[in-house]
Amino acid sequence: MGLNHYLVLSAVLFGIGLWGALSKKSAVVILMCIELMLNAAAIAMVAFSRFVAPDLLTGQVFAIFIIVVAAAEATVALAIIMSIYRSRDSIDATKIDLMKW
Amino acid sequence: MVAAFLLFSVGIIVSALAVVLLKNIFRASLMLVFCFFLIAGLFASLSADFLAAIQVLIYVGAISVLIILAIMLTREITLGSLTNKLGIPALVASGFVSVSLIVTAINTDWPVSQAPPADPTTPLLANLLFSPEHFMLPLEMAAVLLLTTIIGAIILVRDK
Repeated sequence: MGLNHYLVLSAVLFGIGLWGALSKKSAVVILMCIELMLNAAAIAMVAFSRFVAPDLLTGQVFAIFIIVVAAAEATVALAIIMSIYRSRDSIDATKIDLMKW
Repeated sequence: MVAAFLLFSVGIIVSALAVVLLKNIFRASLMLVFCFFLIAGLFASLSADFLAAIQVLIYVGAISVLIILAIMLTREITLGSLTNKLGIPALVASGFVSVSLIVTAINTDWPVSQAPPADPTTPLLANLLFSPEHFMLPLEMAAVLLLTTIIGAIILVRDK
């Protein structure tokens, strides 16, 4: 199993996440698909760390920061979703158009 | 090694497709948790043992609980996972992104090293994260980011 296999897996997972994030209505499902895309990036980072520089581990440090940012992003996004649900009674992303020009 | 990679990659792709395609949002979130577990297994097969543990702790333990809680609190389960008007164009666009990423990755000559992987990785990661000449400043900024996140989430959901 070489580097290319892991990169192909990461690209396919990223594509699936992007498809879901672009085509879903519910804000929670869009958030779930964004988590998939972040995980695809983490897989690519760890694969680079394993195959290109196995003794430096820089890619794994980057993956740790990706996980930290994903946790922060999920927390704030779900707080925004709860706040929108409380005021508009719906989290349909096609109907949340208050800031659309 | 090959069998583990095939098993994990097929499982990851099938469960990620289930996240997008399932009509029941709660089942989709359970498939997302399964996908996170399989990615932790993939990290373990890449000899990233600490990262596999972190993946299980943070994604499976914390983020999935947040997502399931949000599904429970917003009545989304009664509507199902709806698709907007852009389903097919989004599939074409993301397929294009995916294919171009794959073509680029395969056609690039990566400088693959034959050195054996570090094992265990935890002391090396600790040295990298907590030494000032490496990643100590980003680590402290991550701590500030998490504090800001907590305060922001509390302010957003607090009762007026």
